[in-house]
Amino acid sequence: MANFEFVLPPAPTKDIKVGLGDGDLVKRSASTVSPPAKALTPVAKLIDVSKCIGCKACEVACLEWNDKRTPVGVNVGSYDFPPDLTPDMFTVMKFTEWVNPETKNLEWLIRKDGCMHCEDPGCLKACPAPGAIVQYSNGIVDFDHDKCIGCGYCVKGCPFNIPRISEVDHKAYKCTLCSDRVAVGQGPACAHACPTHAIVFGTKDEMKKHADDRIKDLKSRGFANAGLYDPPGVGGTHVMYVLHHADQPQIYANLPKDPRISPIVELWKGMTKYAGLAAMGAFAVIGLVHHVVTGANRVSPEDEANAEKLTGDRR
Amino acid sequence: MTTYDVESGDQVHPGQPVTVDRYTAGARLNHWITAISLVLLALSGLALFTPSLYFLTGLFGGGQWTRTIHPWIGVVLFVSFFGLFVRFWRANLWKAEDGTWMARLRDVIGGHEENLPEVGKYNAGQKVVFWAMSILILVLIVSGFAIWDQYFAQYTTIDQKRWAVLIHAMAAVTIICVWIVHVYAAIWVRGTIGAMTKGQVTGGWAWRHHRKWLRELVSKK
Ligand code: HEM
Ligand code: SF4
Ligand code: SF4
Ligand code: SF4
Repeated sequence: MANFEFVLPPAPTKDIKVGLGDGDLVKRSASTVSPPAKALTPVAKLIDVSKCIGCKACEVACLEWNDKRTPVGVNVGSYDFPPDLTPDMFTVMKFTEWVNPETKNLEWLIRKDGCMHCEDPGCLKACPAPGAIVQYSNGIVDFDHDKCIGCGYCVKGCPFNIPRISEVDHKAYKCTLCSDRVAVGQGPACAHACPTHAIVFGTKDEMKKHADDRIKDLKSRGFANAGLYDPPGVGGTHVMYVLHHADQPQIYANLPKDPRISPIVELWKGMTKYAGLAAMGAFAVIGLVHHVVTGANRVSPEDEANAEKLTGDRR
Repeated sequence: MTTYDVESGDQVHPGQPVTVDRYTAGARLNHWITAISLVLLALSGLALFTPSLYFLTGLFGGGQWTRTIHPWIGVVLFVSFFGLFVRFWRANLWKAEDGTWMARLRDVIGGHEENLPEVGKYNAGQKVVFWAMSILILVLIVSGFAIWDQYFAQYTTIDQKRWAVLIHAMAAVTIICVWIVHVYAAIWVRGTIGAMTKGQVTGGWAWRHHRKWLRELVSKK
């Protein structure tokens, strides 16, 4: 018989107690910041998909903590409700009915969708408003709504399709990793609410260790490809998944296999800016230099005389 | 002689000096609405283009306002430029002498008009500016709508939006460069700006820079 021992999440550590402030920023949109004198311990939320029962308690906890309400909807014949993230729903359970081709078993895959808190956040890279997106030294990526201009560039920058722009105040919203709770030494609301401890929170190192145990357990139960989702293409993430089929993340409602900031976004935010500014500057300078070198192109008295002759002939 | 590039309202007034009507009041108004829109678009767009110019959002009442207003000015620009296009496209068709003019760009830049072929209402350089503006404004409005997420977010995929914003930024840089050339040429070639303020140029200016057009106007009388 497999090992059914309950693997409890680690107790919240004193290590992660922080007061998040401007002095803790490692990245700030459309700005350069000097690294903080003392970096915080990187944190992470670990979502064990194999333990999730789809109860949606975390969704409710999230709405509660963030003081959001969503309108009552209609049943569209699926557990997916709302079907996707909204400016008020920072997390949504995505249900997939998947037939395992090897075992012919129907597997119900339930993934908690939301911001991954990328180490290299595409949203922050794309954002044109100084300080509207920040990353703290513990890894949390947060939106500062006072500075957001609602342009939607973060939507284009994000490899996970996470930010949503509110039609009410035209600002971008997403999971904060409960930065306001973490700042006072608490874990995220969703992690607190989860009845099966599928969501746990701690330092990133602790979470990786905890994941290792879970993966061992899953492997012993026949999930040979069980593994951790901490995609290196975005420098790793501060929200990680334990997947029973880590070799094919796409089956979990299109979780990208190798996410990275789109090369189109890299080109837009990289070369285009430098080459563009250089080109505009060059045109202006060439104009100035040309004027200094050749002088004004003036109409001469002979030109006027010629015109008078031409029109005079016809008079 | 064909009068393909004489526009309605163009007229010669003999005298000392000769004066030539180049743009009607309607054309000038149309031009200045277009010009102001383009400048406002460049300023509001560049504010979002690079953090070093983000302060330009102050001109429009802050970031949210800049983001909101820019695409609307784009619509004004498009409609207004369409008016200019209808007025000017015929006179901007490519002619045999334009190739020669282009081949002698050295003389153009040096200000040696005596070595250049006689040209009509527009020279090859002005025609290039005209067609570049036409194409770029089309590219800008199409790519602009694809990233106008406040109203049209659901009509394009995120990947299409990524291409659109890249193309929009590149087209914007290009049109600003074209605009610099256009404005510089108007300043360098003295006597040109009057065409768009008073609507008139002197006969000498027309003789020097657009002799074929002047001859056509005179022969038309
Ligand atoms: C013709 C219609 C146009 C439309 C509908 C349009 C629309 C847009 C939209 C929706 C944005 C995203 C920011 C926002 O939501 O305000 C944008 C950005 C921008 N636009 Fe336009 N635009 C137009 C014309 C122009 C023109 C003529 C220029 C240049 C003179 C220009 C320069 C820019 C620049 C530089 C950006 C920032 C791109 C970046 O962040 O890299 N736009 N435009
Ligand atoms: S919508 Fe707000 S957060 Fe997103 S890129 Fe624009 S300014 Fe930044
Ligand atoms: S998942 Fe998207 S929104 Fe979240 S940090 Fe990464 S890029 Fe930003
Ligand atoms: S971490 Fe907080 S904000 Fe993010 S999904 Fe969980 S409860 Fe919501």
